[in-house]
This record gives sequence, structure tokens and C-alpha cells, in this order.
Amino acid sequence: MKLYDYILSPSCYTVRLMAALTGVKLDIRPVDFHPGLEHRGPELMALNPGGSIPILEDGDLILTESSAMLVYLAARAAPEWLGSGAPEQAARLQQWLLFSHRLTANLGGARLHDMLLRPGDIDLLRTQGIAALRELEAGLFEQSQRGMRFLASDRPTVADIACFPYVALAPDGGVSLDPYPAIRLWSRAIRSLDGFIEMPGIHRLHELKPDPQPETGEA
Amino acid sequence: MPREAMIDEWYPVGLFSQLDQTGRRTALMGEPIDVALGADGKAKVTDGNGRALPVTVRYGHVWSSLGEPGKDLFAIPEADQPGRRLVDVGVVRVRCSPLRAVENFLDIAHFPFVHTDILGAEPHTEVQNYKVEIREDEDEVWATQVQFYQPQAAKSASGGITTEYMYRVPAPTCSILYKTCPPRPGEWDVITLFVQPLAEDLCDVWPWMALYDDETPMTDLIHFQQMIFLQDRSILENQIPALLPLDPGMEIPTRADQTSVAYRRWLKRHNYTYGAQLVAQ
Repeated sequence: MKLYDYILSPSCYTVRLMAALTGVKLDIRPVDFHPGLEHRGPELMALNPGGSIPILEDGDLILTESSAMLVYLAARAAPEWLGSGAPEQAARLQQWLLFSHRLTANLGGARLHDMLLRPGDIDLLRTQGIAALRELEAGLFEQSQRGMRFLASDRPTVADIACFPYVALAPDGGVSLDPYPAIRLWSRAIRSLDGFIEMPGIHRLHELKPDPQPETGEA
Repeated sequence: MPREAMIDEWYPVGLFSQLDQTGRRTALMGEPIDVALGADGKAKVTDGNGRALPVTVRYGHVWSSLGEPGKDLFAIPEADQPGRRLVDVGVVRVRCSPLRAVENFLDIAHFPFVHTDILGAEPHTEVQNYKVEIREDEDEVWATQVQFYQPQAAKSASGGITTEYMYRVPAPTCSILYKTCPPRPGEWDVITLFVQPLAEDLCDVWPWMALYDDETPMTDLIHFQQMIFLQDRSILENQIPALLPLDPGMEIPTRADQTSVAYRRWLKRHNYTYGAQLVAQ
């Protein structure tokens, strides 16, 4: 499976993360997105006329939407990431999977503007990003009232992985995560999953320090 | 005016390879400027009033100044050695003082904690003693004989090695790092951080490299450096105070910070205070 990848792209990271969590090995093909704009060059435009990355290639299958890539990786290697299929759960999973595209547009747009100097109406992007974070915070709180820690279920699904990167990187675009305790707990739960990998700006969980013990033998 | 002493310095304002005739609107120390390719194929930089500013093109970048530079841009003789790959890494904007960006680049102690498993790893966190000096003849800050254990020192390194470093600060917002070159022992890889001060608390950072590495594709070299720098960005944006303190009081240096101490001393000596905080608050 070949992933056309950019190390700093949250959409590419979401696919790398899903592959790591499900034990799928990806063949990474780095794309010079910045400063080279290689994703708009003839080779990649032929593969994806939409001009975006990531692109996932597996034999005849070419995917250009990261949510579809998550579903493909899960279906192939670890179907439990697709939820139980129960009506409410299936609907919530789809709801948040589609919601993640709004995060790409607003929080992702603010980040590209602030970090890589891409054009955009920064005030509007941040306002929309904050509205999306408030919606996510409320959704996670309601799930906790149902006894569930993740967006669609009590276990993580592709919907959590789709939403996580742009949320975690919101501060890169000047949007603080301080007001959202449910989001911070959810982020911590995702970062503590077996097989979790980092990207620049998303750090691993550091080991909690051992409980303080009275020292012996030293004055 | 904090920018007075720094106004005659050269600053990076764009990648030469990315210039076009439409131009790039940017800023230098609070002044709007325009960087464009002239009809004669040469880089042109103008200020908000249309006044032409000094221009030089070197190390992949266009350099300019709001004042009158009294000397040429600093030399990097290694950059002209044949066989090196010259890597334009591209711009990254950071909401931090331009001086903070340089100071972070000079810091070795953060490698295991910020660049975990790449430039450093626990438990190899000790910074061995090394030599720091302000070279009077060149008027530059130098740190030499720096040694650090690194799991993946460069894209061309296949395993953990003890890497030797030299750091050099030839201008208030530029630093050059010389580093063990895994494929060619005896030579140094050159990794630079050129910082364009947009305001006292906002900068565009232009990393650039001149490496001996014939194997690694260019895109991988760019991504490696971008990955490293972006691991620093969120930390730079959260430093308090935002301006770099030049007087003791707010931040207490330790032995591992000796390059930072020398850099701050050198800045203060020259009154290079754009992006600095003088009186501890």
C-alpha cells in the first residue's frame, strides 16, 4: 500500500496513525508539498485531479479522501475500528467522519495560514474552528453521559482518528484548546492507545512520574 | 528604538527560486516590504513607499535591509564546496521573538525531550562540557567541541551515533550549525537557521542546508528538517516572556545554557535588542 505523504499534513498523519494502530505497513512516498507544491504538479494531478494529498494506492484502488482511507485500512486489517454496526453507533460514526472535513477546512486552514503562509480569512477560519471545537466538546460530554469515552462507541473508531489530528494541532493556527476538558481527556485517551505514533506538534504521552517515595539512605 | 542597532543588518526575505514578477508582500521589522523578480531577472526589494532597498542573493535566499549594511553578508565558505546538496527547506512562520528562534536553535539540552528518538533520547540527556567564545576578530559567537548522542542524527544516519557539533552566530537573527557528516567523515554538514524578523514577536524562519548526501531524495531532506523544526514551533510559541530577556532575573541559566548566555551577552553588547526584553519584569 503506497501513501503519497507529507510529514506536516494532518490528513496524511491520520492515515499513518490509522495504519500504525491497525498494524498495516505503508510504503511512504514523500511529496514536496512545501515549498515545492509537488501535489499540483503533473504526476500527482494525473493521480488525483483534486490536487490534494494524501493519496493512497493499493493495486487498482486509488483513494484521495482520507476518511475513505481510514475505512479501507480498518476493513482490511482491524474491522473493530468500524464499530458494531448498530444503527445509532453507525450513524454517529458517519456523522463524525463527515464532521472531520469541517475541521480540515477551518482549523486546518487556520494552521496553513499561520504556519506556511497560505492565503485565507484567518478570523473567519478561527471563528468556525472554535464553533466546531465547541460542537465536539458537547458531543464528547454527551458520550461520557452515556458511559462512552469515544465519539461513536466506548472504543475508538475511525471517526476518532479522523477528527483527532486537526483538533490536536489547533494551537498551530492560533486556536487554544484550554477551554475544552472533554477534548483534552479524549486526546489523552487516543495518545495512550497501543501503537500510537506522533507527528511534529503532536507529542507522545510522557511516562507519569512514579509516586513520590520517601528517600532512604540520603540525608 | 529597539531596532536601531539592528537596522543595518542583512535579513532573509524570500527564497530566490520562488520569486516571481508579481512579488511577495512581507515585512521587515514592522515595515511592509515587497520582494519581486525584476524584468532583468534580478531580485528587487522595495519598502512601503516604493523606495528600493539593498539586495543581495546568497545561500538560496534574497537578503535585504531597511538601513545601509556596512559590510557584505557573512561568509559560509563550506557552502561553495563542490559536491554539496543545497536544500531550500522553505518558510515557517512562528509567533515568537526572532531572537528566541535563534536561541532555541543553539540549545542542545532539549534534544531528548523535544526531538525524542531523533536528535536525542532518554536516558542520554547529559550535555557534556564544551567550549563557547565570542570571537573578537570575526565578532561572532562560536560553540565548539559539542558532543551529543543521537539516535538518528541526519537523514543519512542509519543508527545511533555520537555527533559532534559546532554552532556559530554571525548575525543577530542567523545561526549556522556544523555537524558530523555520516557519509563523509572529516567534513561538516552545514545546517542554517535564517530568521526574518517581521515584528518583535513574529518571525518567518527559513532553514537552509548544504549537505554531503548523494543518496537521500531532496524531498526527504526537506521533510527531515521541517519535521525537526516543527517539533520546536509549538514550544517557541509558548515561551514566556515572549521577548528574549537579556538581563538576568526572569530566567536562570545553567551550565548547559552556556551558548545561550554567550549569545545574550553578545546581543546586549551590540545593543541588538529588537525582540529582546531588557529590564526583567
